[in-house]
Amino acid sequence: MKSSKIQQPLLEVRGLKKHFDLSTIGNKKILAAVDGIDFVIYKGETFGLVGESGCGKTTTGRLIVKLYNPTAGSIIFDGVDYAGVSERDLKPFRKRVQMIFQDPYASLNSRMTVTEIIAEGIKVHKIITDKEDILERVHELLEKVGLKREHAGRYPHEFSGGQRQRIGIARALALNPDLIVADEPISALDVSIQAQVINMLEDIQEEFDLTYLFIAHDLSMVRHISDRIGVMYLGKMMEIGVSDDVYERPLHPYTKSLLSAIPVADPRVKMKDSRVILQGDVTSPINPTPGCRFATRCSYAVERCHNETPELKETLPNRFTACHLVEEINGLTTK
Amino acid sequence: MKILEVKNLKTSFFTHMGEVQAVRGISFDLEKGEILGIVGESGSGKSVTSLSIMGLIDEPGKIKEGQILFQGKDLSKLTHHELEDIRGNDISMIFQDPMTSLNPVFRIGNQIKEIILEHTDLSKEEAHEKAIKLLKLVNIPEPETRINQYPHQFSGGMRQRALIAMALSCDPKLLIADEPTTALDVTIQAQILELLRELKDKVDLSIILITHDLGVIAEICSDVIIMYGGLVMEKGSVFDIFENPQHPYTKGLHQSMPKNVRGSKERLIPIKGTPPDLLEPPTGCPFSPRCPHAMEICMKKDAPLFKIEKGHTASCWLHHEDAPKVENYIQVKGDAFDEIV
Repeated sequence: MKSSKIQQPLLEVRGLKKHFDLSTIGNKKILAAVDGIDFVIYKGETFGLVGESGCGKTTTGRLIVKLYNPTAGSIIFDGVDYAGVSERDLKPFRKRVQMIFQDPYASLNSRMTVTEIIAEGIKVHKIITDKEDILERVHELLEKVGLKREHAGRYPHEFSGGQRQRIGIARALALNPDLIVADEPISALDVSIQAQVINMLEDIQEEFDLTYLFIAHDLSMVRHISDRIGVMYLGKMMEIGVSDDVYERPLHPYTKSLLSAIPVADPRVKMKDSRVILQGDVTSPINPTPGCRFATRCSYAVERCHNETPELKETLPNRFTACHLVEEINGLTTK
Repeated sequence: MKILEVKNLKTSFFTHMGEVQAVRGISFDLEKGEILGIVGESGSGKSVTSLSIMGLIDEPGKIKEGQILFQGKDLSKLTHHELEDIRGNDISMIFQDPMTSLNPVFRIGNQIKEIILEHTDLSKEEAHEKAIKLLKLVNIPEPETRINQYPHQFSGGMRQRALIAMALSCDPKLLIADEPTTALDVTIQAQILELLRELKDKVDLSIILITHDLGVIAEICSDVIIMYGGLVMEKGSVFDIFENPQHPYTKGLHQSMPKNVRGSKERLIPIKGTPPDLLEPPTGCPFSPRCPHAMEICMKKDAPLFKIEKGHTASCWLHHEDAPKVENYIQVKGDAFDEIV
């Protein structure tokens, strides 16, 4: 996006929940991986989703491409709610929402050639039927992602990690999608290769007018690529806002400590003073009790935080937080 | 005082595909009480360097050449038994993955006690006391209860703490930490880095920290080695490496990372191409095929370490007195669509 277009929602997520039942006989255990989250992704933007492992960001990504069926809530894509739709009726949706996976080694079938991998979706959706034309399209896609047409007949093991990730991206592009969910697309790659892939993602976004949901734990890279970000903690959305604003002035206590933990690549900046080092570890998402999920580690927590789950509300214009004390902590006057 | 001196270390793996030259002749020193960072991408030889120091290179790998002097003693010449006395006692190591480094079927306490009993003359009770003390040292809450728990009852950050406790159990002089925070979340990473910094002062430890994350290096290291293709590219204090990098690879690394500041949307400048194949390492500088300033000599001859300032050296022909002066090192616009393979 990077320009100020009229913001038109492409994807709206409302009250989305995914609970995994881990019960054994006589022992009821529900893992609330995603526990009622709301957010909007506008057309043409990059929405970054950050949080620590176990916060539900990957589950959210998989729910949006319908690799999981949600327990509750709606996923409204371009005006249609796809949350409860049967697999057969999903076909038009599948074509428009594609995914790039984290592990470029596990996400490509090692027995298929590059052509077969990229063309699979084209054939399934009968976008192109003529064999020659399909091959032509595959070659074109390979060149788009910086590979060569000679690579079309090779197998995944003949490529390096960065090149495999490019193949994964070509596969996602093959169906001309509107939304691409990129789940940690660069975390398996070397630093020098990460920048290559990020630049390419930015270029194809511009060329094909794509919208990204970018899931990652590398907070500096998320800031670089995202227009807006959402911060998750234990299945809940804690803060949403324009990325520069959130990074510069985090409002939620969790966002504050998360962002202050980013190591700064400048030896003169000693983060020690401003860093909020969190005590303890992430609590278990199994059988969550009411109250703010972060309350156990939050230095501001009062009794109310342990009993009452805070709603995500607009604290400042275009800035949403889920914290009872957000006004108090940040010196904002209550509306 | 120098605690460790590595001189012209070469380690290779003799596989059925041929000789993989993982480390191709590196030299460095570690001063007492220093935290030395070794940075490199996968395949740069940084982990093999640390395994060579620990004497953990197994078949088909072999230390071909070079000396590893620990307090004056050459580790590469010691027998298995002699090495056993030093490993765990004087030098210990923590690994990247705290999930797989602990044995899941033994209690944490027993795993720590095993090391203490093996290496010291303490009785079982004394070892128990010591184990509790160690867990306390690494800030594990309620160590008396925790000592009887199994690894699965610990979170990732706690397991890494427990491993650090194990590594410290015999009061080592040198700790080698191989990507100790890579598998952890940033908030936990911050805790562990803080702990390492604390320990360095508390128990008088020298640390070698191996990582690919320049942010981590800037946080806690005093000196840095940049490795690429099994060789040292640049060596200097943390300020030299971050404020006055002199090797095109070091500069490339800096430019391919986003800056965490407002307006960090500007395009990254990636390093073109892919890392070298160490089965057939390129002749000359290993970075030359990807280097925007490569000259003829770069492809032909290894660059020696040129001295920039005291303690700061770079292995790059551009610093030869006859080399042309490059005003602005990397002006070439990086582009992902440029040639790869």
